[in-house]
Amino acid sequence: MLTLDQTLQQLMLLASEHFKVPASQLKPDDDFFKTLGINSLQTLDLLTRLESHFNVELPDYELQGVSDFRTLAERIQSRL
Amino acid sequence: MTPFDGKTLSWKLTGQVFELALHRQPCNEIGSASLEELEEFAVQLKDQASEARVLIIHSQLPAGFSAGADLRETYRLLQSLTPAERAAGVRNFLERIHRVFNCIDASPLITLAAVHGVVFGGGFELALTCDMIVADRSARFCFPELRLGLIPGFGGIPRLKRDLSNSLVRDLLLTGRSISATKATAAGLVSQLVGQGEALRVARGVAAQITKMDCNATTAAKRFIKPIPYEELRQEIDLFCELFNRPVVEAALRKFVESSDVQPYLP
Repeated sequence: MLTLDQTLQQLMLLASEHFKVPASQLKPDDDFFKTLGINSLQTLDLLTRLESHFNVELPDYELQGVSDFRTLAERIQSRL
Repeated sequence: MTPFDGKTLSWKLTGQVFELALHRQPCNEIGSASLEELEEFAVQLKDQASEARVLIIHSQLPAGFSAGADLRETYRLLQSLTPAERAAGVRNFLERIHRVFNCIDASPLITLAAVHGVVFGGGFELALTCDMIVADRSARFCFPELRLGLIPGFGGIPRLKRDLSNSLVRDLLLTGRSISATKATAAGLVSQLVGQGEALRVARGVAAQITKMDCNATTAAKRFIKPIPYEELRQEIDLFCELFNRPVVEAALRKFVESSDVQPYLP
């Protein structure tokens, strides 16, 4: 099973590739909505990518109030 | 048959395959204009029953299949009507949309929904009228109505119950969460899961296969295995109308209309 740090690294790499933002620009405590500039449709798309990549189910409400990569990685980790 | 190209949708007949394409920006929200054209489509669907064998419903918009009812129009109408007019208006709208959806559900044609992206609320309900759902991997299915103080009103609950286990139906309704096409396939809702952008092409392949079968047999098989829950559909309209005329619904609609949240479908 992935460690939290591995989950976080994979999450940021996935976000970097999918939203075409250089990985060096992403930090664990960044607000990913702002950093990636994603809208509501892209948020759904991100959810699908995360579920597929980590092979988990991530209910939408688990993303509510979560804006930084580290907290999102923790939510994913709890479902691995 | 002459192809139709309307404000919100278009249709054409190619060989024995009837295709209905949704194209109302931004994501095929179903309001009064869509309903009027869907009613015209329902007439055509009955008229084409002797020529066409298969119907494919799909969206031409990148955002998805359909985001469901046009909540902005609903909110505007609420503002301009008295409570009595609202009650009559919402019942009339539901009766009309149910007639269209029941017509698709009961059509002797074999019906396919080719979906991608957003398949929410009324859009999900439209897909559920079809005999099969072909979904690309971007599709997400959701019934967000409870966050408005409502239930799905276009026949969603009885039709979802027809196809899925009651526990997942409760989960989807009561949490308002969306599920991926992969999850929907595992649950038995989606019959064919395909790559991104491939749903319509694959649906056309399914249609070509179906047209090789004897038409009397396909229609008989459909009638035999897909009962239409008319009584529950009627009860759903009554329950929706009972819930609709409350201040909490108007407040939730206002919140949605004014929202800039990236997850506006969540409470």
